[in-house]
Amino acid sequence: MEHAIVLKEVWKSFNGNDFVIKGMNLVVPRGSLMAIIGFSGTGKSVILKHMLGLYRATRGEVWVLGQELSQLSHKEMVEFRKKFGVLFQSAALFDDLTVLENVCFPLVEHRRDLSRDEMIKIAASKLRQVGLAEEHFFKLPSEISGGMQKRTGLARALALDPEIIFYDEPTTGLDPVLTEMVDDLILSTHRSRPGLTSVMISHDLHAAFRLADYVAMLNAGQVLLFGTPDDFFNSDNEIVQKFLAKGFKKK
Amino acid sequence: MILGIFQYIKRQTLYYLESFGELVVFGWKGSRSIFSRPFRFLEFVRHFEFIGNRSFFIVALTGLFTGLALSFQVYLGFKIVNATNLVGPVVALGIARELGPVLTGLIIAARAGGAIAARLGSMRVNEQMDALDVMGVDTFNYLIGPRILAATISTPLLTAIFDFFAMFGAWILVVFLVGLDQAVFWDKIAQVVKVRYLFEGLFKALVFGYLFSIVCTFKGYHAKGGAQGVGEATNQGVVNSMVSIIVLDYFLMNLIRLFYYVMGIQD
Repeated sequence: MEHAIVLKEVWKSFNGNDFVIKGMNLVVPRGSLMAIIGFSGTGKSVILKHMLGLYRATRGEVWVLGQELSQLSHKEMVEFRKKFGVLFQSAALFDDLTVLENVCFPLVEHRRDLSRDEMIKIAASKLRQVGLAEEHFFKLPSEISGGMQKRTGLARALALDPEIIFYDEPTTGLDPVLTEMVDDLILSTHRSRPGLTSVMISHDLHAAFRLADYVAMLNAGQVLLFGTPDDFFNSDNEIVQKFLAKGFKKK
Repeated sequence: MILGIFQYIKRQTLYYLESFGELVVFGWKGSRSIFSRPFRFLEFVRHFEFIGNRSFFIVALTGLFTGLALSFQVYLGFKIVNATNLVGPVVALGIARELGPVLTGLIIAARAGGAIAARLGSMRVNEQMDALDVMGVDTFNYLIGPRILAATISTPLLTAIFDFFAMFGAWILVVFLVGLDQAVFWDKIAQVVKVRYLFEGLFKALVFGYLFSIVCTFKGYHAKGGAQGVGEATNQGVVNSMVSIIVLDYFLMNLIRLFYYVMGIQD
Protein backbone atom coordinates (compact mmCIF):
# COMPACT_ATOMS: atom_id res chain seq x y z
CA MET A 1 0.00 0.00 0.00
CA GLU A 2 1.36 3.39 -1.00
CA HIS A 3 1.36 6.02 1.71
CA ALA A 4 0.59 9.71 1.30
CA ILE A 5 1.83 10.57 4.80
CA VAL A 6 4.23 8.71 7.07
CA LEU A 7 5.20 9.77 10.57
CA LYS A 8 8.26 8.01 11.95
CA GLU A 9 9.00 8.22 15.67
CA VAL A 10 7.85 11.84 15.88
CA TRP A 11 8.52 13.68 19.12
CA LYS A 12 7.46 17.25 19.80
CA SER A 13 8.21 19.55 22.69
CA PHE A 14 7.53 23.28 22.79
CA ASN A 15 9.63 24.04 25.86
CA GLY A 16 12.34 21.41 25.60
CA ASN A 17 11.13 19.42 28.62
CA ASP A 18 7.52 18.31 28.23
CA PHE A 19 6.64 16.30 25.14
CA VAL A 20 3.19 16.71 23.54
CA ILE A 21 3.91 14.05 20.93
CA LYS A 22 5.88 11.06 22.17
CA GLY A 23 7.39 8.91 19.46
CA MET A 24 4.36 8.79 17.21
CA ASN A 25 4.24 6.42 14.24
CA LEU A 26 1.41 6.84 11.77
CA VAL A 27 0.68 6.19 8.09
CA VAL A 28 -2.04 7.65 5.90
CA PRO A 29 -2.64 5.43 2.85
CA ARG A 30 -2.79 7.31 -0.44
CA GLY A 31 -6.31 7.83 -1.72
CA SER A 32 -7.91 7.08 1.63
CA LEU A 33 -10.07 9.18 3.91
CA MET A 34 -8.58 9.01 7.35
CA ALA A 35 -9.96 10.37 10.60
CA ILE A 36 -7.77 11.24 13.56
CA ILE A 37 -9.71 11.17 16.81
CA GLY A 38 -8.92 11.39 20.48
CA PHE A 39 -9.64 13.21 23.73
CA SER A 40 -8.82 16.93 23.93
CA GLY A 41 -5.13 17.63 24.47
CA THR A 42 -3.89 14.38 22.97
CA GLY A 43 -2.01 16.16 20.19
CA LYS A 44 -4.43 15.96 17.22
CA SER A 45 -3.98 19.55 16.10
CA VAL A 46 -0.24 19.41 16.79
CA ILE A 47 0.15 16.39 14.56
CA LEU A 48 -1.95 18.05 11.84
CA LYS A 49 0.39 21.06 11.93
CA HIS A 50 3.35 18.70 11.54
CA MET A 51 1.75 17.21 8.45
CA LEU A 52 1.20 20.70 7.08
CA GLY A 53 4.79 21.65 7.81
CA LEU A 54 3.70 24.43 10.18
CA TYR A 55 5.56 22.72 13.05
CA ARG A 56 8.87 20.90 12.86
CA ALA A 57 9.31 17.72 14.84
CA THR A 58 11.76 17.90 17.76
CA ARG A 59 12.83 14.38 16.78
CA GLY A 60 11.67 11.95 14.10
CA GLU A 61 10.59 12.26 10.48
CA VAL A 62 7.45 13.50 8.75
CA TRP A 63 7.14 12.26 5.15
CA VAL A 64 4.44 13.76 2.96
CA LEU A 65 4.03 12.61 -0.65
CA GLY A 66 7.49 11.07 -0.52
CA GLN A 67 9.18 14.17 0.84
CA GLU A 68 10.70 14.48 4.31
CA LEU A 69 9.47 17.90 5.41
CA SER A 70 12.39 18.87 7.66
CA GLN A 71 14.68 18.73 4.60
CA LEU A 72 12.77 21.51 2.89
CA SER A 73 13.87 25.13 3.12
CA HIS A 74 11.25 27.78 3.92
CA LYS A 75 10.95 28.61 0.23
CA GLU A 76 10.67 24.96 -0.80
CA MET A 77 8.06 24.42 1.89
CA VAL A 78 5.99 27.33 0.59
CA GLU A 79 6.13 25.72 -2.86
CA PHE A 80 5.38 22.24 -1.50
CA ARG A 81 2.26 23.38 0.32
CA LYS A 82 0.54 24.01 -3.01
CA LYS A 83 -0.17 20.28 -2.94
CA PHE A 84 -2.32 20.71 0.17
CA GLY A 85 -5.79 22.02 0.71
CA VAL A 86 -7.04 22.77 4.21
CA LEU A 87 -10.50 23.39 5.56
CA PHE A 88 -10.06 25.11 8.91
CA GLN A 89 -12.39 24.87 11.86
CA SER A 90 -13.38 28.52 11.43
CA ALA A 91 -13.15 28.29 7.59
CA ALA A 92 -10.49 31.05 7.92
CA LEU A 93 -11.86 33.10 5.05
CA PHE A 94 -10.27 36.49 4.41
CA ASP A 95 -12.92 38.85 5.67
CA ASP A 96 -12.05 41.73 3.34
CA LEU A 97 -12.45 39.58 0.23
CA THR A 98 -15.71 38.38 -1.31
CA VAL A 99 -16.58 34.69 -1.50
CA LEU A 100 -15.40 34.52 -5.13
CA GLU A 101 -12.20 36.45 -4.36
CA ASN A 102 -11.45 34.08 -1.49
CA VAL A 103 -11.61 31.10 -3.83
CA CYS A 104 -9.64 32.97 -6.50
CA PHE A 105 -6.90 33.82 -3.96
CA PRO A 106 -4.80 30.62 -4.32
CA LEU A 107 -5.12 30.87 -8.11
CA VAL A 108 -3.96 34.50 -8.10
CA GLU A 109 -0.98 33.49 -5.96
CA HIS A 110 0.09 30.35 -7.78
CA ARG A 111 -1.49 30.21 -11.23
CA ARG A 112 -0.19 33.38 -12.78
CA ASP A 113 -0.34 31.66 -16.15
CA LEU A 114 -4.14 31.90 -16.04
CA SER A 115 -6.08 34.93 -17.18
CA ARG A 116 -8.43 36.72 -14.78
CA ASP A 117 -11.47 35.25 -16.54
CA GLU A 118 -10.05 31.73 -16.34
CA MET A 119 -9.44 32.13 -12.61
CA ILE A 120 -13.00 33.33 -12.06
CA LYS A 121 -14.31 30.42 -14.12
CA ILE A 122 -12.35 27.88 -12.03
CA ALA A 123 -13.37 29.54 -8.74
CA ALA A 124 -17.03 29.60 -9.77
CA SER A 125 -16.92 25.93 -10.74
CA LYS A 126 -15.38 25.01 -7.36
CA LEU A 127 -18.07 26.99 -5.57
CA ARG A 128 -20.77 25.23 -7.57
CA GLN A 129 -19.10 21.89 -6.82
CA VAL A 130 -19.54 22.50 -3.09
CA GLY A 131 -23.13 23.62 -3.63
CA LEU A 132 -22.91 27.37 -3.19
CA ALA A 133 -25.42 29.35 -5.23
CA GLU A 134 -24.18 32.13 -7.51
CA GLU A 135 -26.15 34.80 -5.66
CA HIS A 136 -23.62 34.49 -2.80
CA PHE A 137 -20.46 34.82 -4.90
CA PHE A 138 -20.07 38.55 -4.36
CA LYS A 139 -20.93 38.64 -0.67
CA LEU A 140 -18.37 39.09 2.09
CA PRO A 141 -17.84 36.16 4.51
CA SER A 142 -19.61 38.11 7.26
CA GLU A 143 -22.74 38.25 5.07
CA ILE A 144 -23.13 34.48 4.65
CA SER A 145 -24.04 31.70 7.10
CA GLY A 146 -21.60 29.38 8.87
CA GLY A 147 -22.48 26.54 6.51
CA MET A 148 -21.82 28.71 3.47
CA GLN A 149 -18.52 29.78 4.96
CA LYS A 150 -17.53 26.12 5.28
CA ARG A 151 -18.51 25.53 1.67
CA THR A 152 -16.46 28.53 0.59
CA GLY A 153 -13.51 27.35 2.69
CA LEU A 154 -13.71 23.95 1.05
CA ALA A 155 -13.98 25.47 -2.44
CA ARG A 156 -10.84 27.50 -1.68
CA ALA A 157 -9.07 24.36 -0.44
CA LEU A 158 -9.98 22.66 -3.73
CA ALA A 159 -8.98 25.58 -5.97
CA LEU A 160 -5.52 24.26 -6.83
CA ASP A 161 -6.67 20.63 -7.15
CA PRO A 162 -4.59 19.48 -4.18
CA GLU A 163 -3.32 15.95 -3.66
CA ILE A 164 -4.21 15.98 0.04
CA ILE A 165 -7.05 17.75 1.81
CA PHE A 166 -6.93 18.31 5.54
CA TYR A 167 -10.05 19.00 7.57
CA ASP A 168 -9.39 20.53 10.98
CA GLU A 169 -12.42 19.80 13.15
CA PRO A 170 -14.77 20.70 10.30
CA THR A 171 -18.02 20.29 12.21
CA THR A 172 -17.11 21.68 15.63
CA GLY A 173 -19.66 24.24 16.75
CA LEU A 174 -22.18 23.48 14.00
CA ASP A 175 -25.77 22.38 14.53
CA PRO A 176 -26.77 18.79 13.58
CA VAL A 177 -28.20 19.80 10.19
CA LEU A 178 -25.07 21.71 9.20
CA THR A 179 -22.89 18.94 10.60
CA GLU A 180 -24.53 16.43 8.33
CA MET A 181 -24.25 18.79 5.39
CA VAL A 182 -20.50 19.27 5.98
CA ASP A 183 -20.01 15.51 6.46
CA ASP A 184 -21.73 14.81 3.14
CA LEU A 185 -19.65 17.51 1.52
CA ILE A 186 -16.44 15.90 2.76
CA LEU A 187 -17.51 12.51 1.48
CA SER A 188 -18.66 13.79 -1.92
CA THR A 189 -15.45 15.82 -2.31
CA HIS A 190 -13.33 12.80 -1.45
CA ARG A 191 -15.19 10.57 -3.90
CA SER A 192 -15.20 13.19 -6.64
CA ARG A 193 -11.48 12.79 -7.25
CA PRO A 194 -9.90 9.34 -7.33
CA GLY A 195 -6.51 9.34 -5.64
CA LEU A 196 -7.35 12.28 -3.39
CA THR A 197 -6.15 11.72 0.17
CA SER A 198 -8.24 13.25 2.93
CA VAL A 199 -7.22 13.64 6.55
CA MET A 200 -9.84 14.73 9.05
CA ILE A 201 -9.27 15.74 12.65
CA SER A 202 -12.55 15.29 14.44
CA HIS A 203 -14.34 15.08 17.76
CA ASP A 204 -17.42 13.83 15.99
CA LEU A 205 -17.30 10.05 16.23
CA HIS A 206 -20.41 9.55 14.11
CA ALA A 207 -18.80 11.42 11.24
CA ALA A 208 -15.40 9.79 11.76
CA PHE A 209 -16.78 6.28 11.66
CA ARG A 210 -19.31 6.96 8.91
CA LEU A 211 -16.90 8.69 6.53
CA ALA A 212 -13.44 7.36 7.19
CA ASP A 213 -11.72 4.39 5.58
CA TYR A 214 -9.23 4.39 8.44
CA VAL A 215 -9.29 5.86 11.92
CA ALA A 216 -6.36 6.65 14.20
CA MET A 217 -7.01 7.30 17.84
CA LEU A 218 -4.43 9.35 19.71
CA ASN A 219 -3.79 9.13 23.40
CA ALA A 220 -1.03 10.73 25.46
CA GLY A 221 0.92 11.82 22.38
CA GLN A 222 0.90 8.40 20.73
CA VAL A 223 -1.32 6.40 18.39
CA LEU A 224 -3.39 4.19 20.63
CA LEU A 225 -5.17 2.36 17.83
CA PHE A 226 -5.06 2.54 14.04
CA GLY A 227 -7.47 0.61 11.87
CA THR A 228 -10.79 0.48 10.09
CA PRO A 229 -13.95 1.54 11.95
CA ASP A 230 -14.72 -2.15 12.51
CA ASP A 231 -11.35 -2.63 14.22
CA PHE A 232 -12.41 0.03 16.73
CA PHE A 233 -15.77 -1.53 17.46
CA ASN A 234 -14.07 -4.90 17.94
CA SER A 235 -11.27 -3.53 20.09
CA ASP A 236 -11.17 -4.54 23.73
CA ASN A 237 -8.87 -1.69 24.67
CA GLU A 238 -10.39 0.00 27.71
CA ILE A 239 -9.55 3.58 26.66
CA VAL A 240 -10.92 3.03 23.16
CA GLN A 241 -14.16 1.59 24.51
CA LYS A 242 -14.49 4.43 27.04
CA PHE A 243 -13.94 7.01 24.30
CA LEU A 244 -16.45 5.37 21.98
CA ALA A 245 -19.01 5.02 24.73
CA LYS A 246 -18.66 8.66 25.74
CA GLY A 247 -18.57 9.92 22.17
CA PHE A 248 -21.65 8.07 21.00
CA LYS A 249 -23.55 8.70 24.23
CA LYS A 250 -22.93 12.43 23.91
CA LYS A 251 -24.26 12.34 20.40
CA MET B 1 15.03 37.97 50.14
CA ILE B 2 17.86 39.90 48.41
CA LEU B 3 18.71 36.80 46.38
CA GLY B 4 15.08 36.61 45.31
CA ILE B 5 15.14 40.22 44.13
CA PHE B 6 18.28 39.58 42.10
CA GLN B 7 16.77 36.45 40.58
CA TYR B 8 13.66 38.42 39.68
CA ILE B 9 15.76 41.15 38.04
CA LYS B 10 17.77 38.51 36.17
CA ARG B 11 14.61 36.78 34.94
CA GLN B 12 13.03 40.04 33.81
CA THR B 13 16.25 41.19 32.11
CA LEU B 14 16.54 37.91 30.24
CA TYR B 15 12.88 38.09 29.26
CA TYR B 16 13.20 41.61 27.85
CA LEU B 17 16.46 40.79 26.08
CA GLU B 18 14.85 37.73 24.52
CA SER B 19 11.80 39.74 23.44
CA PHE B 20 14.04 42.44 22.00
CA GLY B 21 16.04 39.79 20.12
CA GLU B 22 12.83 38.33 18.67
CA LEU B 23 11.71 41.81 17.63
CA VAL B 24 15.02 42.46 15.87
CA VAL B 25 14.86 39.14 14.00
CA PHE B 26 11.23 39.83 13.07
CA GLY B 27 12.14 43.33 11.87
CA TRP B 28 14.98 41.94 9.78
CA LYS B 29 12.77 39.27 8.18
CA GLY B 30 10.02 41.82 7.57
CA SER B 31 12.41 44.34 6.02
CA ARG B 32 14.03 41.68 3.85
CA SER B 33 10.61 40.57 2.62
CA ILE B 34 10.05 44.03 1.11
CA PHE B 35 12.71 43.22 -1.46
CA SER B 36 11.73 39.60 -2.06
CA ARG B 37 9.53 38.48 -4.94
CA PRO B 38 6.71 38.91 -5.68
CA PHE B 39 6.63 42.63 -4.97
CA ARG B 40 3.19 43.32 -3.49
CA PHE B 41 2.53 46.64 -5.16
CA LEU B 42 -1.25 46.57 -4.73
CA GLU B 43 -0.92 45.63 -1.06
CA PHE B 44 1.59 48.46 -0.60
CA VAL B 45 -0.79 50.96 -2.24
CA ARG B 46 -3.67 49.76 -0.05
CA HIS B 47 -1.67 50.21 3.15
CA PHE B 48 -0.13 53.45 1.96
CA GLU B 49 -3.63 54.79 1.36
CA PHE B 50 -4.76 53.60 4.79
CA ILE B 51 -1.77 54.91 6.74
CA GLY B 52 -1.07 58.01 4.68
CA ASN B 53 -4.20 59.27 3.02
CA ARG B 54 -6.61 58.50 5.80
CA SER B 55 -4.35 60.12 8.40
CA PHE B 56 -4.14 63.38 6.47
CA PHE B 57 -6.97 65.20 8.22
CA ILE B 58 -6.02 64.24 11.77
CA VAL B 59 -2.37 65.15 11.16
CA ALA B 60 -3.26 68.48 9.56
CA LEU B 61 -5.64 69.36 12.39
CA THR B 62 -3.14 68.40 15.08
CA GLY B 63 -0.41 70.34 13.30
CA LEU B 64 -2.56 73.46 13.01
CA PHE B 65 -3.46 73.56 16.69
CA THR B 66 0.06 72.64 17.80
CA GLY B 67 1.35 75.61 15.82
CA LEU B 68 -1.27 77.90 17.33
CA ALA B 69 -0.63 76.78 20.92
CA LEU B 70 3.15 76.60 20.71
CA SER B 71 3.58 79.98 19.06
CA PHE B 72 1.36 81.63 21.66
CA GLN B 73 3.36 80.11 24.54
CA VAL B 74 6.64 81.15 22.92
CA TYR B 75 5.25 84.63 22.30
CA LEU B 76 4.25 84.99 25.98
CA GLY B 77 7.71 83.91 27.09
CA PHE B 78 9.63 86.09 24.64
CA LYS B 79 7.49 89.14 25.40
CA ILE B 80 9.00 89.20 28.89
CA VAL B 81 12.51 89.61 27.47
CA ASN B 82 11.33 91.77 24.59
CA ALA B 83 12.36 89.25 21.92
CA THR B 84 9.05 88.61 20.14
CA ASN B 85 10.83 88.87 16.78
CA LEU B 86 12.24 85.42 17.47
CA VAL B 87 8.91 83.68 17.95
CA GLY B 88 8.83 82.54 14.30
CA PRO B 89 12.26 80.87 14.14
CA VAL B 90 11.98 79.26 17.56
CA VAL B 91 8.59 77.76 16.71
CA ALA B 92 9.86 76.66 13.28
CA LEU B 93 12.92 75.01 14.79
CA GLY B 94 10.89 73.23 17.45
CA ILE B 95 8.37 71.97 14.94
CA ALA B 96 10.75 70.94 12.17
CA ARG B 97 13.24 69.16 14.43
CA GLU B 98 11.17 67.80 17.32
CA LEU B 99 7.42 68.27 17.49
CA GLY B 100 6.72 67.52 13.83
CA PRO B 101 8.29 64.08 13.68
CA VAL B 102 7.51 63.09 17.27
CA LEU B 103 3.85 64.13 17.31
CA THR B 104 3.22 62.74 13.82
CA GLY B 105 4.93 59.50 14.83
CA LEU B 106 2.77 59.26 17.96
CA ILE B 107 -0.46 60.03 16.09
CA ILE B 108 0.24 57.53 13.32
CA ALA B 109 1.43 54.89 15.78
CA ALA B 110 -1.84 55.25 17.69
CA ARG B 111 -4.12 55.38 14.65
CA ALA B 112 -2.50 53.18 12.03
CA GLY B 113 -0.23 51.13 14.33
CA GLY B 114 -3.18 50.11 16.48
CA ALA B 115 -5.18 49.14 13.41
CA ILE B 116 -2.25 47.13 12.02
CA ALA B 117 -1.77 45.19 15.27
CA ALA B 118 -5.52 44.56 15.59
CA ARG B 119 -5.88 43.41 11.98
CA LEU B 120 -2.93 41.03 12.11
CA GLY B 121 -3.94 39.80 15.57
CA SER B 122 -7.41 39.05 14.32
CA MET B 123 -5.98 37.23 11.30
CA ARG B 124 -3.78 35.18 13.63
CA VAL B 125 -6.51 34.08 16.05
CA ASN B 126 -9.01 33.42 13.23
CA GLU B 127 -6.53 31.05 11.53
CA GLN B 128 -6.27 33.30 8.46
CA MET B 129 -2.48 33.38 8.80
CA ASP B 130 -2.37 29.60 9.02
CA ALA B 131 -4.54 29.57 5.89
CA LEU B 132 -2.01 31.77 4.10
CA ASP B 133 0.83 29.53 5.26
CA VAL B 134 -0.77 26.34 4.02
CA MET B 135 -1.75 27.99 0.75
CA GLY B 136 1.93 28.51 0.15
CA VAL B 137 1.83 32.28 0.65
CA ASP B 138 4.77 33.84 2.48
CA THR B 139 3.07 35.78 5.28
CA PHE B 140 6.04 38.12 5.69
CA ASN B 141 6.01 38.97 2.02
CA TYR B 142 2.23 39.37 1.89
CA LEU B 143 1.36 40.89 5.28
CA ILE B 144 4.45 42.41 6.90
CA GLY B 145 6.66 43.84 4.15
CA PRO B 146 4.03 46.06 2.48
CA ARG B 147 2.92 47.45 5.84
CA ILE B 148 6.48 48.30 6.93
CA LEU B 149 7.21 49.96 3.59
CA ALA B 150 3.95 51.93 3.60
CA ALA B 151 4.49 53.18 7.16
CA THR B 152 8.15 54.05 6.54
CA ILE B 153 7.32 56.14 3.48
CA SER B 154 4.10 57.74 4.67
CA THR B 155 5.32 58.93 8.10
CA PRO B 156 7.85 61.49 6.75
CA LEU B 157 5.28 62.67 4.20
CA LEU B 158 2.73 63.17 6.95
CA THR B 159 5.38 64.93 9.01
CA ALA B 160 5.90 67.40 6.18
CA ILE B 161 2.14 68.01 6.21
CA PHE B 162 2.22 68.44 9.98
CA ASP B 163 5.08 70.94 9.68
CA PHE B 164 3.24 72.91 7.03
CA PHE B 165 0.01 73.18 9.01
CA ALA B 166 1.83 73.90 12.27
CA MET B 167 3.68 76.80 10.64
CA PHE B 168 0.42 77.94 9.11
CA GLY B 169 -1.11 77.97 12.61
CA ALA B 170 1.89 79.85 14.01
CA TRP B 171 1.62 82.40 11.20
CA ILE B 172 -2.10 82.94 11.88
CA LEU B 173 -1.48 83.49 15.57
CA VAL B 174 1.62 85.63 15.33
CA VAL B 175 0.49 87.84 12.45
CA PHE B 176 -3.29 88.03 12.82
CA LEU B 177 -4.03 87.45 16.48
CA VAL B 178 -0.97 88.93 18.19
CA GLY B 179 -0.23 91.49 15.51
CA LEU B 180 3.49 91.03 14.90
CA ASP B 181 4.96 92.08 11.61
CA GLN B 182 4.59 89.45 8.89
CA ALA B 183 7.81 90.39 7.11
CA VAL B 184 9.82 90.07 10.33
CA PHE B 185 8.20 86.71 11.05
CA TRP B 186 9.25 85.18 7.72
CA ASP B 187 12.56 87.00 7.53
CA LYS B 188 13.73 85.69 10.90
CA ILE B 189 12.68 82.18 9.98
CA ALA B 190 14.64 82.41 6.72
CA GLN B 191 17.70 83.63 8.64
CA VAL B 192 17.72 80.95 11.32
CA VAL B 193 16.05 77.83 9.95
CA LYS B 194 18.08 75.81 7.44
CA VAL B 195 16.71 73.27 4.99
CA ARG B 196 18.68 70.51 6.66
CA TYR B 197 16.66 71.05 9.87
CA LEU B 198 13.60 70.03 7.90
CA PHE B 199 15.35 66.96 6.57
CA GLU B 200 16.55 66.18 10.10
CA GLY B 201 12.90 65.98 11.18
CA LEU B 202 11.88 63.99 8.13
CA PHE B 203 14.70 61.52 8.73
CA LYS B 204 13.51 61.04 12.31
CA ALA B 205 9.96 60.50 11.03
CA LEU B 206 11.20 57.86 8.62
CA VAL B 207 12.86 55.99 11.49
CA PHE B 208 9.74 56.35 13.65
CA GLY B 209 7.52 55.00 10.86
CA TYR B 210 9.83 52.04 10.41
CA LEU B 211 9.95 51.45 14.16
CA PHE B 212 6.24 51.58 14.95
CA SER B 213 5.35 49.42 11.95
CA ILE B 214 7.75 46.71 13.10
CA VAL B 215 6.56 46.86 16.71
CA CYS B 216 2.87 46.77 15.75
CA THR B 217 3.21 44.06 13.10
CA PHE B 218 5.29 42.02 15.58
CA LYS B 219 2.64 42.27 18.29
CA GLY B 220 -0.22 41.51 15.90
CA TYR B 221 1.63 38.65 14.21
CA HIS B 222 2.24 36.93 17.55
CA ALA B 223 -1.21 37.55 19.06
CA LYS B 224 -2.83 34.58 20.74
CA GLY B 225 -5.84 33.76 22.85
CA GLY B 226 -8.89 35.01 20.96
CA ALA B 227 -10.42 38.48 21.24
CA GLN B 228 -8.59 39.22 24.48
CA GLY B 229 -5.28 38.40 22.82
CA VAL B 230 -6.06 40.75 19.94
CA GLY B 231 -6.88 43.52 22.42
CA GLU B 232 -3.64 42.94 24.32
CA ALA B 233 -1.59 42.87 21.12
CA THR B 234 -3.14 46.15 19.99
CA ASN B 235 -2.59 47.79 23.35
CA GLN B 236 1.02 46.59 23.63
CA GLY B 237 1.75 47.54 20.04
CA VAL B 238 0.54 51.11 20.50
CA VAL B 239 2.09 51.65 23.95
CA ASN B 240 5.46 50.14 23.02
CA SER B 241 5.56 52.12 19.79
CA MET B 242 4.80 55.41 21.52
CA VAL B 243 7.34 54.90 24.28
CA SER B 244 9.96 53.76 21.77
CA ILE B 245 9.38 56.85 19.61
CA ILE B 246 9.89 59.21 22.55
CA VAL B 247 12.99 57.39 23.82
CA LEU B 248 14.49 56.98 20.36
CA ASP B 249 13.92 60.65 19.59
CA TYR B 250 16.49 61.61 22.23
CA PHE B 251 19.10 59.21 20.90
CA LEU B 252 18.45 60.22 17.29
CA MET B 253 18.89 63.85 18.25
CA ASN B 254 22.32 63.08 19.69
CA LEU B 255 23.20 60.85 16.77
CA ILE B 256 22.43 63.66 14.34
CA ARG B 257 24.51 66.12 16.42
CA LEU B 258 27.35 63.60 16.36
CA PHE B 259 26.99 63.28 12.59
CA TYR B 260 27.20 67.06 12.19
CA TYR B 261 30.25 67.13 14.44
CA VAL B 262 32.03 64.35 12.55
CA MET B 263 31.21 65.93 9.19
CA GLY B 264 32.36 69.32 10.43
CA ILE B 265 28.94 70.89 9.90
CA GLN B 266 28.33 73.85 12.18
CA ASP B 267 25.02 73.35 14.00
